[in-house]
This record gives sequence, structure tokens and C-alpha cells, in this order.
Amino acid sequence: MSRLRESLIELIRRTSAEIPDDVQTAILRGLEQEKEGTIAKSALEIIERNIGLAKSKSQPICQDTGSILFYIDCTVGMNQVEFEQEAREAVKEATKLGYLRQNSVDSVTGKNDGTNLGPGSPNLHFHQHTSDDISVRLVLKGGGCENVGAQFSLPNTKLAADRDLDGCRKVILEAVHQAQGKGCGPGVLGVCIGGDRASGYEFSKREFLRRLDDRNTDPKLDELEQDILKTANELGIGPMGFGGKTTLLGVKIGAANRVPASYFVSVSYMCWAFRRHGATLANDGEITGWLY
Amino acid sequence: MSHNLSSPISEEAIRELKVGDQVLISGTVFTGRDAVHKYLHDGGELPDGVNLDGGILYHCGPVVLPDDNGEWKVTAAGPTTSIREEPYQGDIMKQFGIRGVIGKGGMADKTLAACKEHGAVYLHAIGGAAQVLAECIIKVRNVYMLEEFGSPEAIWEFEVKDFPAVVTMDSHGESLHKDILAKSEEALAQRR
Repeated sequence: MSRLRESLIELIRRTSAEIPDDVQTAILRGLEQEKEGTIAKSALEIIERNIGLAKSKSQPICQDTGSILFYIDCTVGMNQVEFEQEAREAVKEATKLGYLRQNSVDSVTGKNDGTNLGPGSPNLHFHQHTSDDISVRLVLKGGGCENVGAQFSLPNTKLAADRDLDGCRKVILEAVHQAQGKGCGPGVLGVCIGGDRASGYEFSKREFLRRLDDRNTDPKLDELEQDILKTANELGIGPMGFGGKTTLLGVKIGAANRVPASYFVSVSYMCWAFRRHGATLANDGEITGWLY
Repeated sequence: MSHNLSSPISEEAIRELKVGDQVLISGTVFTGRDAVHKYLHDGGELPDGVNLDGGILYHCGPVVLPDDNGEWKVTAAGPTTSIREEPYQGDIMKQFGIRGVIGKGGMADKTLAACKEHGAVYLHAIGGAAQVLAECIIKVRNVYMLEEFGSPEAIWEFEVKDFPAVVTMDSHGESLHKDILAKSEEALAQRR
């Protein structure tokens, strides 16, 4: 087996079984905030125990190991065709090992061949850069949280949302309210303001590559992120929608240019089982460091 | 209030449960999700060996691997989102005598009405807690329709012990989900 394939299997194992430390810290903060004796508190206690068990047993944090999203920063001249082939083989092997569930279904025939391979699975995003570094990030995003994502076209009369940041605030909070606990809250929002219908969602998911404890470099978006986090946590939806103080663990907002006629706000919701890791790779594919 | 539940469950025992009660489930649980619900609702018959009368149905697509002795081993088994079964759940519950449905995210009016009429509850497990919940599955007794539906969608027969869940919809017409939705709507209206 190639060095690269081994590295990618290890990245999948780690992503499926080990929650990133920034997410765990946010969950523990939520656990401290919930009142003793509430079902919100007991939900977060089970979640905390689950995180520990998954790591010690090297088994999936959540049985829905989700859409498999690779983000690769590569050097000029790196063979992307070969990388994709190795990634596909790694996914197949990781599925046999139980790091990934047999999770990919043919949308026409309804068949699940058990390999996790097919059109769109895994999903690879290559970004070529002039530096000599190669890095690969992986996000596993479950279906429950994917299903509560929402895309709005502004202006929105019903929500009195205009084409400005206050309008964005209104629709993002509406998405949180609509999601309730169905996306396995407490969740994290990845938002894109602008773009088209496809790139908007695509960009919104890239926000999940940011650490939860970072701050937006754009002061206006930073303010919006903090405002939505605070306001959402005042709505009383709580973990799993059981009520309580911890509705969101984080909000990450980016912006993309739009055409004058369109103003989309695309909201992706990530469950508490926020599975994201990344590694830097040597030219032969060996892992040289971890990114989260 | 904390309760222990094990199937077969009587209507009387179900009627004692109220929204907010925490329960520990032991005994037999069958999984069933999207494909199973549609199949049963379309008139499909339960495979031989599956008896849901007084039983508990779990909305779950587990990760199950064969171990070295050829036995099935559950390595991850949290609940899946239940609302997708809303068109079917109430009818299936009544037709097959189901007393408890385990899932996540809650269900809506049709299921709530069926819970009240028939005497059943919705038991909310912790979404994503696949390891804690897999530890409560002490044995895989059987699997049905594996070939037709694939592993996550098959009917798995589990023996569980002290599987934790919360009653979020009871047999008296109460739903925590409706309650939280209304309260959070009010809170949001003040902050728009």
C-alpha cells in the first residue's frame, strides 16, 4: 500500500473517531453552563462521554460518517489524478475497517454497494498554490445536519430581510430557529453571504475549516458572528432541542462576490459531532504534522 | 422522573410516561428507517421473526461489522432524524402495535395524534452519541432485509441494556418539540 494511502486512512480514522480540541472545548463550556438536573445537561454529559469512548475505541463518534469532503492544497505539478485514486482506495479501505459506515447510495437505483465510492463520493476539492507545502483537510458531515441547511434569496418579505447585513442576520437566525434540535445541536453555522446557489453552499462549508476559537478578520462579519452566537443561545432551543442555553457552539461567516441581481445567504449547519482534521504531507505522502 | 422500560410494553405502562421523563430501555429493539417505513406503509409484510407488537422501533442505521467468530458486532449506533418518517409512522405504529419509537429531532402532529390514540411514546435518544449507545447494545440477535435495503437501512434485532432516552412526545398529546418551537419563536420575535 502506498504511503499516501496509509496517511489518508489514518486521516479518515482520526477524523471519524476524534473530535478536534477546539470543538471539545466549546462543548465542555456548554456543559458547564447548563443547569444541574436538566435534560440539556444530561444530553451534554452523554455527548462528553461519547467523545471519550470514540477516541479510546478508535470508532466513529457518530454512526453517520457523512459526506466525505477532502480539501487539498497542493503544489504545482502534484499529480491530482493519482491523489484522487489513492483517496478513493483509502475511503474503500476505511469503510472495511469500520471508520466509515457503508454510506453511499446510488440515487437512481437505491443500491448501496458498500464501498462509499460513486459519483460525488468522496468529494475532492483541489487548490493549487505556489508554495511547496501539501496539506489535506477532511470534513465528515452527517446527513441530519446537512438536511437543516438553508439558502435564502434576499430581499425576503416574510422575514422583512433586506439586502444588507441586518437582513443576513434575520435569515441566519431564522435558519437556527427552523433547525431546532434536528441537526444534532449544539451546532456550528458555516455561512456564505453572496455567491451563486452552488458556490454559496460550497463556500459556507469551507467555513468549517476555521477553528472555532478564531476571529473573523473582517470586523463587520466578526460582529455579525458574535451577535448571532449570542442571540441564538438566548432562544432556549438547547442541546438536541431539549431547551437550555447551548444552541450553537460557533458561527463562521464568509462572503463571496455576487451578481447585482442575486443576493443569496447560504447557511450550512454542522452538528456537535463536528468531524474535521487535517495534515501536512511530505512529497511521498507521509504525514509530517497535524493541522488541528 | 426516571423509568425502566422493556418490551413487550403494555398500554398502561406507556400511559404513565410524561414528556421530560428519562427512561432506560432494556430488552428487544428493532431498527427501521426510511426504506423500512416506506416498504411497510406500501403494504409490505414484516419478515418472519420480526414482531413489533408492544415493541420498540429504533430509527437507526448502525455500523455493524462481522467479528472473528462470524458474529455481528455493532460499532456505532446512534439515532437518525425521525421527521422523515412522519408520513408513515402513525399508521405503522397502529398497524403493528408499536409502543415506543426511538429517534432524534422529534416528530409532528400525525405521529403525536397516533401516540395519543394508540398509546405510544416518542423516545428521544442523543443524536451523534453512537459509541455510548452502541455500548448499550449487548447482542445483535438477527438482521432482516439486509440484501434488499443494505446495512444502514436493514431491520436489525438488538438486545439492549439501559439504553438512555428522554420522552419528548407522550400519549397525552404533549410534545416537548412543539413547546420549544413556540417558546423559541417568541424569544426570536423579541430579538429580530
